[in-house]
Amino acid sequence: MAREFTPKVVTANALIEGDVVYLTADDRWTRHLSEAELLIDEADAEYRLLQAQARAHEIVGAYLADMRPGESGPEPTHFREDFRRKGPSNLFHGKQSEGLSHA
Amino acid sequence: MYTYNDFDRAFLAERNRQFRAQVERRISGALTEDEFRPLRLMNGLYLQLHAYMLRVAIPYGSLDPAKLRQLAYLAERWDKGYGHFTTRTNIQYHWSKLREVPDMLDALAEVGMHAIQTSGNTIRNVTSDHFAGAAADELTDPRPVAELIRQWSTDHPEFQFLPRKFKIAVIASEADRAVMKSHDIGLRIVERDGARGYQVWVGGGMGRTPMVARLLRDFLPEADLLPYLEAVLATYNRLGRRDNKYKARIKITVFENGLDTFRDEVEALFPARRAAFSGVDQDWLADIRARFVTPTLPERDAQAYYAARDTDPVFRAWADTNVTPHRHADHGIVSISLKAHGATPGDASADQMRLVADLAELYGHNDIRVSHAQNLVLPHVALGDIPTVYAALREAGLGTANIGLASDIIACPGMDYCALATARSIPVAQGIATRLEELKIEHEVGHLQIKISGCINACGHHHVGHIGILGLDRAGVENYQITLGGDPSETTAIGTRTGPGFAYDEIVPAVERLIFAYLDLREGPEETFLETYKRLGMEPFKSALYDQEARAHAAE
Repeated sequence: MAREFTPKVVTANALIEGDVVYLTADDRWTRHLSEAELLIDEADAEYRLLQAQARAHEIVGAYLADMRPGESGPEPTHFREDFRRKGPSNLFHGKQSEGLSHA
Repeated sequence: MYTYNDFDRAFLAERNRQFRAQVERRISGALTEDEFRPLRLMNGLYLQLHAYMLRVAIPYGSLDPAKLRQLAYLAERWDKGYGHFTTRTNIQYHWSKLREVPDMLDALAEVGMHAIQTSGNTIRNVTSDHFAGAAADELTDPRPVAELIRQWSTDHPEFQFLPRKFKIAVIASEADRAVMKSHDIGLRIVERDGARGYQVWVGGGMGRTPMVARLLRDFLPEADLLPYLEAVLATYNRLGRRDNKYKARIKITVFENGLDTFRDEVEALFPARRAAFSGVDQDWLADIRARFVTPTLPERDAQAYYAARDTDPVFRAWADTNVTPHRHADHGIVSISLKAHGATPGDASADQMRLVADLAELYGHNDIRVSHAQNLVLPHVALGDIPTVYAALREAGLGTANIGLASDIIACPGMDYCALATARSIPVAQGIATRLEELKIEHEVGHLQIKISGCINACGHHHVGHIGILGLDRAGVENYQITLGGDPSETTAIGTRTGPGFAYDEIVPAVERLIFAYLDLREGPEETFLETYKRLGMEPFKSALYDQEARAHAAE
């Protein structure tokens, strides 16, 4: 069996606001990781990344971030992605302060 | 202080107009990110973890009330009500929006400020002594020379694409308050046989390969400064490595080629460079100097200061750490701590900035400085006014009495903001400072400089911390390495690693063990942490760090 593929999401920063966004299955950019499309197939992930990178007028620096499936959507496997999802830990700014009742 | 002339204003207006058009073209899709990125970086605009960050240059850390109020306005109008002062004496806005940045730059231009060359492989903001013009031990105010270098290096066509970024510091006293020997070029203004000139130090730096600068030229005549800098920069531009980012700084160029070879190359280039300078730069320097006159300080009765010291122990504790003797005995240099226990090192709110601007206007001869240690300074305050200044600072949460103490921590933004970071640094600084406050021991501990970086690039100066902390990513978790014995002063030294790193929740207790070990080991209160370390070496501190931990684990 081939080596196990760690699931991914496509993530980037929004061009205008600069904040973290994730690609959804229906090709929207969402601010909420829970809405992101979890990619479990490597070829599919690469393809979705190429599609995202073509949308350079909307986002900057798209890449594939490791995730694991969680009860409410993808969950970060690394602390860097956890900070990107929430915001800084010294001040209640960023995503953690921006109405997480969405979704 | 230098104020912009018509040429400066026209230059800045044109640069801002160009950048506004570049932003519009990026938003319209006419420019790709690859095309736009170098343009935004030339104007100090980074993209970080959560937002764009605009880094605004504060040349040699000097501000006046109008500038500081405008920085407060930017914080309130376009950011989240605060700014972050950095170790290069700049200010960063961490929540900028791309569309609004051109407006921010126009607002800065109104007070003669910009964000040019705060990024990229260019000559960065020139830093200096934050006590310049006030320190009792200085030969002359080093800031006119820093301003001359700023003007010469701004948009210098030959040095816009160096192998790597380039940092210059200028001081004018034996005491080094600007970490001069950790710069690509460090200049110290000296006097020999009645003539002014420069000691030129080269190849200092922190980062992945920390090095202390070496003496390139013992005495450079005053008029030779800019052509000599050009010869050094041109040599570096040619010999510096562009094949490997980690070997591209001038410290590696000097190290790999040898100091003598490097010096020979510089000296070979120098005559042609010198011949190209007609002397207009020296006329210009004289003109700049005329604008940096230390204010005429009237004789003032200092009775109120001494009375407050006698009657108010809280004031006295603050004055002991935060007031430095001024060259005029009836004045003091007031350092304003941006390190309230538990707060983010270097952050100031818009209200705090405005208060400091007001105090500078009322009591400080309109002079404000930013220190590389991420604090603010009022360099010329009459001793008699200091109790009033202190009361106002305290009211605004700016009265922390900890300059030079263990909670006066330098910390880079780390992974809470920075895209390059491998771990957080701010919460570690907050944790250490909070713990020190609980223990109420830092005044007893005395002078101790803790410096924290969230990655190997060492923006938090950890290599020269008496206790240095480096945050790394070890197998997907934050891990903190400790170094001891670093020294940012004129006896510059790079710290030595103690051993294995500590987990995020272990690092504050580890630092606490080091501090208690020092208190046990010192010969008396007059022996500082660094002196005790130099006397006894690593072993007793290592034992405090690791043996106790081993015991604690065994007890579990």
